[in-house]
Amino acid sequence: MIVAERKPLAEIRGFVDDYRRILILGCGTCATVCLAGGEAEVKVVAAGLRISFLRDEKEVEILEDCVTRQCEPEFVADLPRKVQDEGVGAVVSLGCGVGVNFLAQTLETVPVFPGVNTEFFGAAVEPGVWLEMCAGCGNCILHLTGGICPIARCSKSILNGPCGGSRDGKCEINPEVECGWALIVERMKKLGTLDRLAEILPPRDWSTSHHGGPRKVIHPEAAPAAIGQGKAEQ
Amino acid sequence: MKSGSNLERVLRAGHFAVTVEIGPPMDCNASVVTEKARMLRGIADAFNITDNQTAVVRMSSIASCVLIMEEGLEPVMQMTCRDRNRLAIQSDILGACALGIRNCLCIAGDHQSFGAAGRLKGHPGAKNVYDVDSIQLVSILEGLRDKGCQQGGDPVEMRPPLLIGAAWTPLGDPIEIRPLRLKKKVEAGADFIQTQGVYDVARFAHQMELVRNMGLHERTAILAGIIVPRSLAMLKYMNSSVAGVSVPDSLMDRMAEAKESAGKDKKQARRNQEEEGARIAVELIQQAREVPGVKGVHIQAIEWEGSVPEIVDTAGLLPRPTFPQEGEGDDFDGEDPGS
Repeated sequence: MIVAERKPLAEIRGFVDDYRRILILGCGTCATVCLAGGEAEVKVVAAGLRISFLRDEKEVEILEDCVTRQCEPEFVADLPRKVQDEGVGAVVSLGCGVGVNFLAQTLETVPVFPGVNTEFFGAAVEPGVWLEMCAGCGNCILHLTGGICPIARCSKSILNGPCGGSRDGKCEINPEVECGWALIVERMKKLGTLDRLAEILPPRDWSTSHHGGPRKVIHPEAAPAAIGQGKAEQ
Repeated sequence: MKSGSNLERVLRAGHFAVTVEIGPPMDCNASVVTEKARMLRGIADAFNITDNQTAVVRMSSIASCVLIMEEGLEPVMQMTCRDRNRLAIQSDILGACALGIRNCLCIAGDHQSFGAAGRLKGHPGAKNVYDVDSIQLVSILEGLRDKGCQQGGDPVEMRPPLLIGAAWTPLGDPIEIRPLRLKKKVEAGADFIQTQGVYDVARFAHQMELVRNMGLHERTAILAGIIVPRSLAMLKYMNSSVAGVSVPDSLMDRMAEAKESAGKDKKQARRNQEEEGARIAVELIQQAREVPGVKGVHIQAIEWEGSVPEIVDTAGLLPRPTFPQEGEGDDFDGEDPGS
């Protein structure tokens, strides 16, 4: 899932200082699961802002809401009307960056501010701890590396690792960071496929990643009409 | 000959090769490089010029290479994958060859978070590149030189005559992957290998045995890395913080004794440690030379290049072999560099 972290309250307050009716909008999907922007966090941010404005003797109304997903039209379809009816001057999205983008397009004239920092695609390795495991690079090579991604989990994203900086399973950049290639070697040893690392992986085609420009995925059955409108990813 | 470089001639002739590292300055002062070059002239077959080593901005490797060439030294240009994508790498390689550089060492490069291990600020906020890794870089150079082909597939009319080098960390973790990774570098096209600094010669010899069993020592020239220890603190730091470097207690004890024997005289303690460090370096060179399959040494005296001439001399490696200039001698076999 997408992992995010809440921005400090003071930073959020700085975004909305000039507004008098502010909607704090949570997201019921990834941001909820990673405890960054669900219903509970909406309450926390709203309460924090109320206290903060109150201290400065500013009269500000903070509204709260949380939608199932901020990144799909059906879940935010009512939002423009609601914002208009209630005279909302600004929205703080506690969804990931996708949510902020999508709301910004949906709401046209109302500013949308990010309430979280969107970090990465990761897994909850223990309660409250998430680890980056996928870089979304558009051409999965996990079949070659024992299911552990060198792009996301090696600090240098090298394909023929480990580099000389691997030490006791840790990366040279920081003893807190696991060496992705040490994990790959361990895993492939267990699978009995370590010898496959003898193959030299050639320079890869990064055009499938963000390096190739903003990407689009078109499902041929679900959106046949969209094919040909832009570059379709296979 | 692949490159016609002096280093290649030395290795081909079967001499025990010596390379020495030169670190460029953190400014544009050419005289720093030329003075180091003058100090080191004649004591090695080729001189590595580091490429923003420990992720600190320094005078470029290519420019520094040219500066030492003007002083009559042969450079090994180091090139990291951290700072350049495949376009920049290939254009710099072509440019370096046009300027007469004939040896290149392909390395991943320390991560930008390093900043000289915290002693300098560095640029930890920089974006790294790592478009290709060091093994892929070796194969790109091999493609330019032997196939006349850029990585993207476009032809290279005049092929760059380069001796291609790679680094190897024989005692890095996970240790069982290290010989295999060396094999990949050899198969990608590495003509020579310069290893991470070796202090534990027994463990290095064991890794070399595995390498010999794979026949790799016949396919590439392995130069054992010698990092001249200058102080007990440096040895401790390298043992604890430099990946792939382990310092045996016996060496640590010797350095500690050298330091303590000076009592409270700090200057004397420093002199004692430097003398002991130089002695250790000489012994390491001699021990590495005894390891079957080792074809030379690569000496690094970090910010202490002045110690190297005496170390090389004491180790019995002087004078260095010389060859007639290309075109006037009988050593050059006249092969097309691309063949």
